[in-house]
Amino acid sequence: MSDIAIEVKDLTRKFGNFTAVDHVTFQVKAGEVFGFLGANGAGKTTAFRMLIGLLQPTGGSARVAGFDVAKQAEEVKRRIGYMSQRFSLYEDLTPRENIRLYGGIYGLTLAQIRERADAMLQRLGASQIADTAVRSLPLGWRQKLAFSVALVHQPHIVFLDEPTSGVDPITRRQFWELIYDAASRGTTVLVTTHYMDEAEYCDRISIMVAGRIAAMGPPADLKREHNVESIDELFVQLARPAA
Amino acid sequence: MTAIEAKALDKKFETTVALDKVTFSVEKGELFGFIGPDGGGKTTLFRILVSLMIPDAGSARVLGFDPVRDYRALRQRVGYMAGRFSLYPDLSVLENLMFFASVFGTTIEREYEQIKPIYVQLEPFKDRRAGALSGGMKQKLALCCALVHRPDILFLDEPTTGVDAVSRREFWDLLGRLKDQGLTTVVSTPYMDEARRCDRVALMHRGRLLVVDTPDGITGAFDRPLLGVRAKDRYKALLALRTYEHAHSAYPFGEVIHYTDNRIDAPVDRLAADVKTFLATSGFGDASAEPLTPTVEDSFIARTEEAA
Repeated sequence: MSDIAIEVKDLTRKFGNFTAVDHVTFQVKAGEVFGFLGANGAGKTTAFRMLIGLLQPTGGSARVAGFDVAKQAEEVKRRIGYMSQRFSLYEDLTPRENIRLYGGIYGLTLAQIRERADAMLQRLGASQIADTAVRSLPLGWRQKLAFSVALVHQPHIVFLDEPTSGVDPITRRQFWELIYDAASRGTTVLVTTHYMDEAEYCDRISIMVAGRIAAMGPPADLKREHNVESIDELFVQLARPAA
Repeated sequence: MTAIEAKALDKKFETTVALDKVTFSVEKGELFGFIGPDGGGKTTLFRILVSLMIPDAGSARVLGFDPVRDYRALRQRVGYMAGRFSLYPDLSVLENLMFFASVFGTTIEREYEQIKPIYVQLEPFKDRRAGALSGGMKQKLALCCALVHRPDILFLDEPTTGVDAVSRREFWDLLGRLKDQGLTTVVSTPYMDEARRCDRVALMHRGRLLVVDTPDGITGAFDRPLLGVRAKDRYKALLALRTYEHAHSAYPFGEVIHYTDNRIDAPVDRLAADVKTFLATSGFGDASAEPLTPTVEDSFIARTEEAA
């Protein structure tokens, strides 16, 4: 595994005449927290889906964890974790059962699963709810658990799609501490969010406008370069003409 | 004049308490916000107020009507935009509008003045299927449909959730214009920064109202010394701050850490100096600490901590 976790060159996806992702180029270093921002319809989700091997590019290339997403999608999937906004855990199962299910899908042994489940539940302070159906847990707990489950096979890279939408302010911050913790242990994190304050928690961000990357860099540098007070202000400045 | 009067509303779903003695009132012409995370009871409350659900206990008056007894009369007078996109995705923008107008026995032409500020933004897409609109445009269409029968009060349940920052601003600009026309609007949102756009807000958490006040009233009542701490390694500095003997809380807020101190009566400048010294001796020589004005989100966090 090299120092570069994700390498994207001229990545393009067309749907008929519409170019959803238009020659996008960027790199993400191992252990980096990279924020993926953009207005609704800017091409974020399409780009995300190509990077996790669920959608074929129509042009350009992307290497994720060292593998080509177009030709080696299964190798990519083995090495990444993914947490979607809508569906992440099976609600009829308990947290422990979810961990066992996902661990099994990724080919962990029962002994590995048991060991990692215990360590994970303890770290989250979730031991008392380990055997409660996910359905009856508050949203904040579910999202923290879902993030940990996405890490159960110790992926190189984890993709988070609006993980904190609708979560209360305290849990939102606890969630970001889990992200920092994972990153400090070398996991690369790609995250989308509509909370502009969260953009400032990232090492670097990119802002997509109409299929292209309109700005990319550390939040502090971007604010200085564009002479704005906040990423929210920058976002509005960049995205407004396209809206 | 009072537009809404709610007294001790209770609602349970099996063992889950969705609403716990919710009491508040909204004046005519107010733009009133219910702010809080998912699962707080916002949607349940709205459903009760627009007569789609019956409370277990307590009472409500909306425009003088009882939502349980006078539901037929009330429904003629309220506009309601549900949290989920609930228009017909296979009908065009124009067809959706015509449908909602006809349900209320009116026409787009007759109501044009009321919907004009929004409709002009939708007009370029009037023949597009509603399902093919962008997130921001869908919300504008839903707002337009909720207004087409000229309601006296508007209920908008999380109209900006999942909508990008630019479209959110535009949507709030529209609500501001409706307020200028005198419409009473009740809106819910999980985004704390949107509280600033409301005349008054209720912070809602786990079925209870934590506080009801103006945005300035809410932040003005924040009574702990609050500092903004900056350090190059934010995460390590955050963990270090929590070990400081006088620390009450430390949370990341964008690029700044919001730190509150247990020494409530000490001058805040002295606390800032103390915290800076503590961080310097803990290996964060580059750290700075400055007094901060609290935000609505700081207040929400403080009040949920108190309630816990």
